[in-house]
Amino acid sequence: MTPPGFAAAQALAARHRFKWWEVLPWVAAIAAFFLFPTYLSFGTQVLITILFALSLDLVMGYAGIVTLGHAAFFGAGAYTVGILALHFGWNEPLSGLVAAAVVAGAIGFVSGVVLLRTQGLALLMVTLCTMALLEESANMGAAYTGGFDGMPGLEFAPIFGVFQFDPLFFRAQYLYALAVLLVCFVLVRALVYSPFGESLTGIRENVLRMHAVGAPVQRRLVVAYTISAALAGVAGAVFTQTTAFVNLSVLGLDRAAGVLIVLILGGYGRLYGAFVGAVAYMVLEHTLAKAYPTAWQLGIGIVLIVVALYARNGILGIAETLRGRLRMRRAS
Amino acid sequence: MRHGMKRLLIAAAMSGVAALAQAQTVKVGVVLTYTGVGAEFGQQITRGMDTFMKLHPDAFGSCKVELIKRDSKNPGGAEAKTAVQELITQDKVDMLTGFVFSPNAITTASLATAGKKPMIIMNAGTAWITNLSPMIARVSFSMWQSGYTMGQVAAKQLGAKTAVVGYTDYPPGKDELAAFKAGFESAGGKVIDAIPMGGPGKVPDFTPFFQRAKDKKPDVFFVFVPAGDHAVGVVKTYGALGMRAAGIKLIGPGDITQDNKLQAMGKDGVGLITVHHYNADLDNPENKRFVAAWKKEYGADSTPDFMAVQGYDGMAAIAHVAKTLNCKIDPGKAMAALKGWKFDSPRGPIMIDPDTRDIVMNEYLSELVEKDGKLYQKNLATTMAVKDKCKELGVGKCK
Repeated sequence: MTPPGFAAAQALAARHRFKWWEVLPWVAAIAAFFLFPTYLSFGTQVLITILFALSLDLVMGYAGIVTLGHAAFFGAGAYTVGILALHFGWNEPLSGLVAAAVVAGAIGFVSGVVLLRTQGLALLMVTLCTMALLEESANMGAAYTGGFDGMPGLEFAPIFGVFQFDPLFFRAQYLYALAVLLVCFVLVRALVYSPFGESLTGIRENVLRMHAVGAPVQRRLVVAYTISAALAGVAGAVFTQTTAFVNLSVLGLDRAAGVLIVLILGGYGRLYGAFVGAVAYMVLEHTLAKAYPTAWQLGIGIVLIVVALYARNGILGIAETLRGRLRMRRAS
Repeated sequence: MRHGMKRLLIAAAMSGVAALAQAQTVKVGVVLTYTGVGAEFGQQITRGMDTFMKLHPDAFGSCKVELIKRDSKNPGGAEAKTAVQELITQDKVDMLTGFVFSPNAITTASLATAGKKPMIIMNAGTAWITNLSPMIARVSFSMWQSGYTMGQVAAKQLGAKTAVVGYTDYPPGKDELAAFKAGFESAGGKVIDAIPMGGPGKVPDFTPFFQRAKDKKPDVFFVFVPAGDHAVGVVKTYGALGMRAAGIKLIGPGDITQDNKLQAMGKDGVGLITVHHYNADLDNPENKRFVAAWKKEYGADSTPDFMAVQGYDGMAAIAHVAKTLNCKIDPGKAMAALKGWKFDSPRGPIMIDPDTRDIVMNEYLSELVEKDGKLYQKNLATTMAVKDKCKELGVGKCK
């Protein structure tokens, strides 16, 4: 005789266990390294976008904070390592990541305390404004940031003093980005399946009820926002280190909207949505742009319209629906 | 054994033929903005390149040329960098060309160095770009060439003693301000005020800026704004405030009188004085041929502008390298062939400076005039063989 609710408790406890298929993305990433040795510059960009989308998933998918200004933190991290390398000779990559996380996290904390008091459209606006403020600061502080032209030709020390960044084939950059992504992913995964993560989901689903049960909603949101900002900062830092430059594009609306599209396409609030979305969107765009340099946007536009119309929950949403139907059929 | 030998010989002969056939194709990676805000620039440059091929079918000699086009999408630089990386590692191009926005050229310069690929820049005008890699040669312009010349010309030809500068507050604008000031003051003039007039993103209300300039009563008012709607706004405000009647001449670099936007400017533009390296109304046989071929292909209403002629000249530079090296592109020899290269361009005689790998060309002082309801550029004076003054004077990053 099992106590009532035992099955539910078991299901909850089983959620965080690693499943066999969770190893697939990493195997695929390593296979890509060997199969496509001349695509690693592009591959590195994909990995960075995955990490960036993952950080957005934490606040948007799990905590339900809708933001249009997440590139603010990506840019903060990117500029942090850039400025440290160029003006202070601090070009050790790993400690650079830490510095980027701290700076981006601090900006996330301070802005989060203020702007998480708002909701909905107002929140959307203030996140956008935060990003615009940072972008304009980077533009005006040309003495430090290089303004519109940015900082080219940044040089970073080898990773662990051994692995040199590869200027032409991007081998070291790809593996470096993959390793950073793995570490960050494990962290995010542990976080979303922890009680803290559950409370975030609770806030997303029913904020009044969370208030009613006495959860410190505001504090939880600020903490989630800060962690997410730090992760986005790490993504930005990897971007600067692997591409050896930083300019205003890291802070733009293009980047903020782009990562939103990636996450929605993959399916948000699903942990792996960032992976699926980034790979699907970027590979599609890359292939189309290569084949039709003047007309590729048409193809992208059609795909996005179809997804918006028929697959509201993204690619992973489709997979879930199909699996659900299969189960129903088996059960009946 | 004898059979084996024979087979080996045949194989060797065949691979020799293959090598020969391969050597005859010169692969060129073209990185331009084909979509987004820069799509129009990409189109002008592409058409310029095509027109060169049409007018000079023999320019490449026995070499076949294969253009591999990639979209650099936005001014950010990351997309351009990935595109160039793949052009080098996958398509194994011999040379690189294109580059509309400066950040696209700036971020990819390190790849040209690492991959040892000659990179011919067709637009990107930030002065210090050519210092980033020994593989870079530029056939377009540096912001300093028009700005510095305008300063000199304003003091000497137009007889101005005082000037006010109004500029859009982003790097090209600041470059122009520095260049104009250096040119004008070295010729004895004095810049009495410099007014930042907002960013490039949207067209501001120019009235307060222009009123401030008018109150200072300068001889000339030098304005730098991005081409397009900004320029139209400048011309309208200048007319509305009656600055011409107050004896203040409006001058600027040729970006504000882009040839394909000229007719949209209307009568307010008449009397505008600019300095630039090209306008479609230049009177030389090469330009007549170029504009005629262009209008025949793209319609009478279409006009080539300075971007188009840069595409034309870039293609000429590539053809020169291919022909000189007999279709086998060795990076060192290619750069040697580019240094000191001279060409009769629609914009007049041009040369690649052997020391800086930047272009040396004429700058034309012209006035916008109206004839039969259409606007024309009337050439007033020519400054011959202008080099990039930023590198010559060693200003800032140009050192």
